[in-house]
Amino acid sequence: MYELNINGASHRVDAPADMPLLWVLRDLLGLTGTKYGCGIAQCGACTVLIDGVAQRSCVLPVSAVGDGAITTIEGLDGKVGRAVQSAWEALSVPQCGFCQSGQILAATSLLTNNPTPSDAQIAEGMSGNICRCCTYVRIGKAVRKAADDLTQGAVR
Amino acid sequence: MSSDVIVRNVSRRAFLSAGLKAAAGLTLSLALPVQAKVGDAGPGLAGTDKAAAELAPNAFVRIGADDRVTVVAKHLEMGQGTYTGLATLVAEELDARWDQVDVISAPADAKRYNNLLWGAAQGTGGSTAIANSYEQMRRAGAAARVMLLEAAARIWGVDAQTLSAQDGRVFKPGTGLSASFGELADAASRLEVPVEVVLKDPAQFRLVGHPVPRKDIAAKINGSAVFTQDIQRPGMRTAMIARAPRFGAKLKSFDGEKALASSGVREVHAVPSGIAVIADHFWAAKTGRDVLRIEWDESAAFDAGSEAVFKDYATLLDKPGLPARSDGDANEALKDAQGVVRADYRFPFLAHAAMETLGCVIEQQNDGSVDMWYGAQMQTGDQYAVSKVLGIRPDQVRIHTLYAGGSFGRRANPFSDYVVEAAEVLKASGGKTPIKLVWTREDDTRGGWYRAAYMHRIEASLESDGKPAAWRNRIVGQSIVAGTAFESGMTRKGVDVTSVEGAATLPYDIPNLRVELHTTKLPVPIQWWRSVGSTHTAYATETFLDLLAREAGQDPVDYRRALLGESPRHLQVLNLVAEKGGWGKPLAKGRGRGVAVHESFNSYVAMVAEVTVKGSGRYSVDRVVVAVDCGVAVNPDIIRAQMEGGLGYGLSTVLESEITFADGAVRESNFHDYTVLRANQMPEVEVHIVPSAEAPTGVGEPATPVIGPAVANALSSVTGKRYLQLPIRRA
Ligand code: FES
Ligand code: FES
Repeated sequence: MYELNINGASHRVDAPADMPLLWVLRDLLGLTGTKYGCGIAQCGACTVLIDGVAQRSCVLPVSAVGDGAITTIEGLDGKVGRAVQSAWEALSVPQCGFCQSGQILAATSLLTNNPTPSDAQIAEGMSGNICRCCTYVRIGKAVRKAADDLTQGAVR
Repeated sequence: MSSDVIVRNVSRRAFLSAGLKAAAGLTLSLALPVQAKVGDAGPGLAGTDKAAAELAPNAFVRIGADDRVTVVAKHLEMGQGTYTGLATLVAEELDARWDQVDVISAPADAKRYNNLLWGAAQGTGGSTAIANSYEQMRRAGAAARVMLLEAAARIWGVDAQTLSAQDGRVFKPGTGLSASFGELADAASRLEVPVEVVLKDPAQFRLVGHPVPRKDIAAKINGSAVFTQDIQRPGMRTAMIARAPRFGAKLKSFDGEKALASSGVREVHAVPSGIAVIADHFWAAKTGRDVLRIEWDESAAFDAGSEAVFKDYATLLDKPGLPARSDGDANEALKDAQGVVRADYRFPFLAHAAMETLGCVIEQQNDGSVDMWYGAQMQTGDQYAVSKVLGIRPDQVRIHTLYAGGSFGRRANPFSDYVVEAAEVLKASGGKTPIKLVWTREDDTRGGWYRAAYMHRIEASLESDGKPAAWRNRIVGQSIVAGTAFESGMTRKGVDVTSVEGAATLPYDIPNLRVELHTTKLPVPIQWWRSVGSTHTAYATETFLDLLAREAGQDPVDYRRALLGESPRHLQVLNLVAEKGGWGKPLAKGRGRGVAVHESFNSYVAMVAEVTVKGSGRYSVDRVVVAVDCGVAVNPDIIRAQMEGGLGYGLSTVLESEITFADGAVRESNFHDYTVLRANQMPEVEVHIVPSAEAPTGVGEPATPVIGPAVANALSSVTGKRYLQLPIRRA
């Protein structure tokens, strides 16, 4: 039995110790916004925030999560997250959409750690998340826009 | 007195009859000719509906009393923006407010929701969604508008001709009479559906041609968009299949004891494609599958490596193939020519590697019929295939089409492979619980149905003015359509047209032109892959054209211009891209520009790519300027997005993606070795759309084949080398 802190609420789950957090979220708790893309920490579709830092939930055994505060796309809130989501909407970033939960959480983590990234830092910072629709042009612009909106106080 | 009050009162009195629900909306069943093609009728439809015998009912728009307009999309939304495009067409002619429009997916139904370019089959592919729906969706919207106007006219006691519609309301100009669509829906639902409607003059478009926001954005940024993996049904179990490591292997024996003892595993069954493990959830299924013991009979299995395949193909390049095009006499012209230019190309197998791995949910009902939830791309074929497995009628297979996390052709499998697998698992388990079949990334990468490997040889001779006198292009590779339901329709005199498209349709003015095909057979299953034949033909022909330009000592853009006299739309995008791409402007040392132009699916795309070649052959693609002519630009922002994404998808295969074989087994398994384009490799992209009044054509595929030759030509301009093989790992 594990007690997980997800999106501000406490959840008790009965899961094998080696079960990755991804499948606990998706198959046991019904939080399906977090996606499976590779299962080996290559694509970032499964990205969640743990204490504000992007993590690959597909390779994180539930037994290793501890009491960290997990944020999934369903619970993304806060200034940076909202700025990222609204920039994503303004620039119509998603195509198929499958990678986008992970992209948005990765961008949120990036901007939380570095509120004024250069374009090169954005490209590097986002390159752990694959988008097979190759929405990268817009991802880059949207992260830039979210950063600018945040530094100019345009986000509440 | 407010007009709202008038409408409500009058409409209730005049039209509400006992037993009819007040909330009844307006659902239009439109009678449309099955064979209607884009271009049958332009604006103004009079006289085009005479094929009464072929009329079939369709249902594309609903307007509720709550003022919501629901567009029923017959095509799969897999990222290409088709929900938005289809809804735009309906809303345009309906004069709806964009924010009152919702989109839902149509149930599988070949009669009402067939692809008009495919006859009696529902499906999405070949960049046809907007092309085949352009008029159909507009008519659907226009008919609804006529009915709303008529309803208002009756309520107000005025002539419908004096009324207008705008932003979701009907009004009588200059009178203050006005009613929302929702208020009129009930009354309109009792009227006859007009058989003929007049479509707008494109000059009056308010939505078409404008970058209206996509309808699927909100759900795709808050995690609520539902994909196959996300479906949960009561009692549902997750299935995973262990498939043979080599194509063509057969099951010899298996031992499922250990798997069955694994936590959460419920059943283990042999199914035609392997051994299925049925478990409580993904992790249990995977853990159980990992401990299956299976012996395969590999006596008839594929056992070659990639190099051996290409060696065989290379020997065929020396032999004449079946003619796919023959103008003049290229063989004769080349025989006597001096200084023949020749190049042999090779293209590897490629996986589609959509972000969402394949999967399918299936649930059996008491009467034996089934419901299925997945990103269905070929609903009609899938219904038929599943009906055969389960011994039911195709109409007993109800498909609920979900968003697909990409497809790039893979979900349009001619044998419905992964859909049939789900049905086989359901059957093996007796149908007692709903089944969610999942493919892991490894299954997806190694599961076949690849873009086939091809080789090309192109030989050409030049006139004294440098123009090509003769051109012979020999192509070697497997046929996508062989053995499928598409074979007869897509084979001409033994030539699979998908193997030669783009090569046999070479737009350049060359007096002696010959294109030949050798169709090979291998046990490796292959399939269409975003832009199909053009994935290889555009690369071979457009890099070869640059070779000839260099041989002739001419500028690549000028050289093409002189040969495109018969192909004005190619010429137009070429000229536009040369202008916008700064063709001819000086570049820093180590940097280069390359150009390519290609038509696929009746859309014309030209690109100028800028590259930087660094030390030890490393290179980057820095900037790409695109010019596209896809007829009427229904949504310019979606067109831009498809150009960006389409060229990015192609760029993966230029830089690094390939599926290779060793002793018949696929070497690559996941994104660590089937590597794909990432954010830090994406060039800047600038897109220019040619203004056009031609019928709209697709944009999902046509950018993909053009990036490869543009990049290779740019690299050649820096290094002077030829790039005859993809991927190009070092410049
Ligand atoms: S699913 Fe976790 S990184 Fe790909
Ligand atoms: S939007 Fe399709 S994979 Fe990123």
